[in-house]
Amino acid sequence: MNTRTIEIAVGIFVAAGLAALFMLAMKVSNLATYGGDDGYLISARFDNIGGLKVRSPVSASGVRVGQVTDISYDSGGYEARVTMSIEPQYDKFPTDTAASIMTSGLLGEQFVSLEPGAEEEFLKPGNEIEITQSALVLEQIIGQFLYSQAEE
Amino acid sequence: MTDTLINIRDMHFNRGERVIFDGIDMAIPRKGITAIMGPSGTGKTTLLKLIGGQLFPDSGSIEVDGQNVHQLKTAQLYALRKRMGMLFQSGALLTDLSVFDNVAYPLREHTKLNQSMIRQLVLLKLHAVGLRGAADLMPAELSGGMARRVAMARAIALDPMMIMYDEPFTGQDPISMGVLVKLIRELNDVLDICSIVVSHDVRETLSIADYVYVISDGKVIGQGHPDELKASTSEWIKQFVDGEADGPVPFHYPAEAVVEDLVTGNGKRR
Amino acid sequence: MLLDYIQSLGRQALSALQRLGRGNLFLLQTIPAMRGMLFRPGLLIRQMFSVGVQTLLIIVVAGLFVGMVIALQSYYALVDFGAEDSVSVMVVLSLFRELSPVVTALLFAGRAGSALTAEIGLMKATEQLSGMEMMAVNPIERVIAPRFLAGFISLPLLTAIFSAVGVVGAYLVAVELLGLDAGAFWSQAKAKVDLYHDLFNGMIKSAVFGFVVVWIAVFEGYDCVPTSDGLGRATTRTVVHSSLAVLGLDFVLTALMFGDD
Repeated sequence: MNTRTIEIAVGIFVAAGLAALFMLAMKVSNLATYGGDDGYLISARFDNIGGLKVRSPVSASGVRVGQVTDISYDSGGYEARVTMSIEPQYDKFPTDTAASIMTSGLLGEQFVSLEPGAEEEFLKPGNEIEITQSALVLEQIIGQFLYSQAEE
Repeated sequence: MTDTLINIRDMHFNRGERVIFDGIDMAIPRKGITAIMGPSGTGKTTLLKLIGGQLFPDSGSIEVDGQNVHQLKTAQLYALRKRMGMLFQSGALLTDLSVFDNVAYPLREHTKLNQSMIRQLVLLKLHAVGLRGAADLMPAELSGGMARRVAMARAIALDPMMIMYDEPFTGQDPISMGVLVKLIRELNDVLDICSIVVSHDVRETLSIADYVYVISDGKVIGQGHPDELKASTSEWIKQFVDGEADGPVPFHYPAEAVVEDLVTGNGKRR
Repeated sequence: MLLDYIQSLGRQALSALQRLGRGNLFLLQTIPAMRGMLFRPGLLIRQMFSVGVQTLLIIVVAGLFVGMVIALQSYYALVDFGAEDSVSVMVVLSLFRELSPVVTALLFAGRAGSALTAEIGLMKATEQLSGMEMMAVNPIERVIAPRFLAGFISLPLLTAIFSAVGVVGAYLVAVELLGLDAGAFWSQAKAKVDLYHDLFNGMIKSAVFGFVVVWIAVFEGYDCVPTSDGLGRATTRTVVHSSLAVLGLDFVLTALMFGDD
């Protein structure tokens, strides 16, 4: 086999390897949705965030509109403070939008769901969502149920 | 002495527990064919590797062209090796290169000659060994004798001051044996260099050698011109030169007496 | 009697230590010799061909089947929980984190590693390495270093190709065969798979495996007893040792990379 054929084959091999890496990065990892940088940030406080994590999705009416970028504990208000990055094209959330932590399916992952309110003004970068609903913690619900059963 | 190219003094070499060389002294002249002979397993190939600096002696010294081979730095050793040619028993051609590229290999590695000059040189060297027509073959397509001739062309590619032949005649048919004998003699005379032939093929080697060393059991046991060796009175050398089955080197491997082993069954084996 | 056993144990331990020492010295000689590659890229390209390109087919076929199998298995497991949309997540995560680096490295050890050992061992047995030395050419620079570097570069590329083909195989099974939604397939994976945490860590694993496998392969060839028996043993040792090394290192790397999850 002559040198030219070998060089072409190796060229194709290297190109295929790099193309595969690129395709994986674009198609099945969060590189394309890594737009945390160009989204705008809003925050919300929750009593309990359950299993919410950084990079958990933020959705409205079931459509993904952003992701959680930071979770911290606010020792002043004894609450969890969740910062979310919302993609720039979704900039029409009223100021009385409610944020709740929900679970997809029975055992699925947790995400922040935004429910728009009726105000005329919209949330701006850095604003905080006032109306929040914490995660449902299964153990608490079961505990309450057993407690009410015992009272009867 | 200025006409001594290789000077070996009181050289000892062991491999594990086994003593290979037990104090060897040799002086190999700058011109002519020197043969080193001895039975199989006496470390003739090892000697060539010691001269080439691939192995290190346990004590004693080996000087090539006035330089102690084993005290050289790597770069100096490599510079010295460029002036040595070596022909391995198998030829040691690079199997993934053609005959032409094999001969061109040292030229491409060590010189900055352009392609057309390399081509001319390579064809010249191949012509010298009679294989110019085989330039495009691969080593796998060559017979053993042809592979050795190609290796010879490669060994002389850099115009060395010496060539070492490791068992050049082993396993050759009479015709290629004759070709190799003639080539070694001719190359030596035309290039006017030092040739060292390591072999146990007595007849062929004695026919071309100018000086012969015979080694056995790690010592030089005889040396001189081929005619002197043939006239030697030493029992051992007589046995070796004439190829007799029994003599000072016994036919039987050391064992217990036959009677004990076979008849009485007192032998410890089995 | 007992002393004999202890002696043989000690001898084996010492010879293993010696081998390890020789292996490390060999590595120290090989790494500086790689500079030579800058002046002779042709050597590297030729080795990339025999190490990388000729392993490609087996990697593609294996990747396709592995992707299809995991897709099928995770579908059966997840459909009970109504979470079959997560098939792609399962497949992509298991491929990126574990299967691609490990399976590719094992196949590579069997295909390219053993071939490297056999080739170098044969060059040693036929005195080609000695011949090079006598021609004042350093065989480590001309023979070992190009093969080492070629293996080290090729394995991560092969791993990426394995992953990509595996994802395609999973797509075929999940979407074409089982009728899952194509959009959900891609978007679920995108949402849950992290570029750095999953993909890049997998590639780092693969680079480590490549280094170790190719080191074992070229060392075994260079260090082998130059007979047909010694050559066979060296080839076997390459496959066994590098496979075990890959699996052992995989555990260590996994603990380091994903331990804080």
